[in-house]
Amino acid sequence: MVDALISHYNYWLIIILMMLGLYVVVSRGNLVKKIVGLNIFQTSVFLLYISLGKVSGGTAPILTGKPEAFSNPLPHVLILTAIVVGIATTALGLALVVRIRESYGTIEEDDILISERSQDASDINGSSA
Amino acid sequence: MNFIMPHLPVLQVAIPLIAAPICVLFTFGGHRKLAWLFTLAVSWMCFLIAGALLSRVLLDTDISYAIGNWPPPFGIEYRVDPINAFVLLIISGISAIALPFARLSVEKEIETDRHILFYTSYLLCLTGLLGVTITGDAFNIFVFLEISSLSTYVLIATGVRQDRRALTAAYNYLILGTIGATFFVIGIGLLYMVTGTLNIADLAERLQPLSDNRVVHAGFAFIVIGMGLKLALFPMHVWLPNAYTYAPSLVTVFLAATSTKVSVYVLLRFLFTVFGPSYGFVNLTFEFVLLPLAIVAMFAGSITAIFQTNAKRLFAYSSVAQLGYMMLGVALSNIPGLMATILHIFNHALMKGALFMALGCVMYRLGTISLGSMKGLGRSMPWTMAALILGGLSLIGVPGTVGFISKWHLILGTLEAGFWPIAILIVASSLLAVIYIWKIVEVAYLEKEINQEKTLKEAPISMLAPLWVLVILNFYFGIDADLTTWVARNVAETFLGGGS
Repeated sequence: MVDALISHYNYWLIIILMMLGLYVVVSRGNLVKKIVGLNIFQTSVFLLYISLGKVSGGTAPILTGKPEAFSNPLPHVLILTAIVVGIATTALGLALVVRIRESYGTIEEDDILISERSQDASDINGSSA
Repeated sequence: MNFIMPHLPVLQVAIPLIAAPICVLFTFGGHRKLAWLFTLAVSWMCFLIAGALLSRVLLDTDISYAIGNWPPPFGIEYRVDPINAFVLLIISGISAIALPFARLSVEKEIETDRHILFYTSYLLCLTGLLGVTITGDAFNIFVFLEISSLSTYVLIATGVRQDRRALTAAYNYLILGTIGATFFVIGIGLLYMVTGTLNIADLAERLQPLSDNRVVHAGFAFIVIGMGLKLALFPMHVWLPNAYTYAPSLVTVFLAATSTKVSVYVLLRFLFTVFGPSYGFVNLTFEFVLLPLAIVAMFAGSITAIFQTNAKRLFAYSSVAQLGYMMLGVALSNIPGLMATILHIFNHALMKGALFMALGCVMYRLGTISLGSMKGLGRSMPWTMAALILGGLSLIGVPGTVGFISKWHLILGTLEAGFWPIAILIVASSLLAVIYIWKIVEVAYLEKEINQEKTLKEAPISMLAPLWVLVILNFYFGIDADLTTWVARNVAETFLGGGS
């Protein structure tokens, strides 16, 4: 049991990071903090991919002629793409937060909900009048 | 022509992808109309390619295209078979029909200096959706999924000129969409961990002996939940109503008709091609997860729709219900059920395309789509409202419309599976659709007209023409369903035959 814990410590750390990130996204009302949480969540997935490509005792995958063990480069390359996607998502999310701040004057979810509710209510009243 | 034909699969994605940055160049000099014409031309080109691909796949064999000549499973493979050729045709077809409608609608709803960038995002979104559908590589699906999602968030946020809530809608969709896509990529990672491959056909083969593997189970769960978020499966649908309501009309038409359908397709691909119903845990998912959720979605979506005062939001909730029908067909996992799902992917694109386009016409003239402001609109905008009602009839599933065809197969599917009470539930939830469509009839035709001075005119012909094309297709494929059912049966048999 303890052996399983220790020999797979990377996965345990990744799972902890993953849950932390997801928890921040769900629990925080601040729109910027939510994006930070999302970033932590995505980073844990990057780590998952990177660590699964590692072969113990393996080197970088460069052909030297000698029969050597080397790490699998494919997941590492995949994660480069995912990192780019993550940056794009973060940039877009933050840009949206800036625009939300401009039109609502706040980045707290609760305050935004309050002003949206009053807007909803005025929609309904406006239409029945 | 002969040297182009073998490269059609890659051109399907490459043309809109390359067109997107070219479209940005129209900013120099601000050629808004040219940007629109360019997007229109690209869309039609995609439509023609998709048509050629579908006819080749149906008459000949599946196409496998190795990107950069790297043979699969090492390189990325584009694989075209009847199901994804069919979905490609739906996406590019809706885009080709919606773009003539786009010019005036975009002119009215989006800030002038953003038009060219809007069309660029639109092209990227088209690229992403086509790419997700055509690719035969699991990680490539994720990349294209994110291309389409990121551009979708931008497109939704451009609705800010009408209503600032478009921003929060886009933000919420961004958070949930990213969680969905990340779950999906975790799932792919876990499958890669066990099999060492990302090619879908290869994955399917290597997973066969691994049905008891815990990692495979976990990967399967992540993929189903991730795609469930993307396709707005019932408890994960919270992003959808606001996104559809506050997005510009064109975006709502395009998204409602294509984007959730593409996610349904990816889910089908994983459930049937990669895992296959012969796996015990896939069947358990059908019975204990998808089936109850689909039924709850049918009712929750329809009941919530009844209480809406905003017409776009009303149809957005009805989309949640319709996705329930699609998932029900998947959960039944017999031939008629699966046929119903595939037919409904096509049919729902036609009806929701028509409905949201009609609402786009209302938006163009009225500037709002709240039901209260649509009083007596049947008299001043007869063609638009008639289209809205006809689309609504199709949504209910009146015989002679496409809605009837898919519900008919769905009911056949439930009877074949021996779940007759579910057949009754399908009929009952269709009756709920009657209620919310009737609400619109009542407002549009029975209430007193608000604008007594007759200042309100019918929508312009360039918006009405694409709308009526969709309405007529709704009836054409409702009466002559040979082609669609043939494709659906073909696909359903491959899916279920391949699994056993």
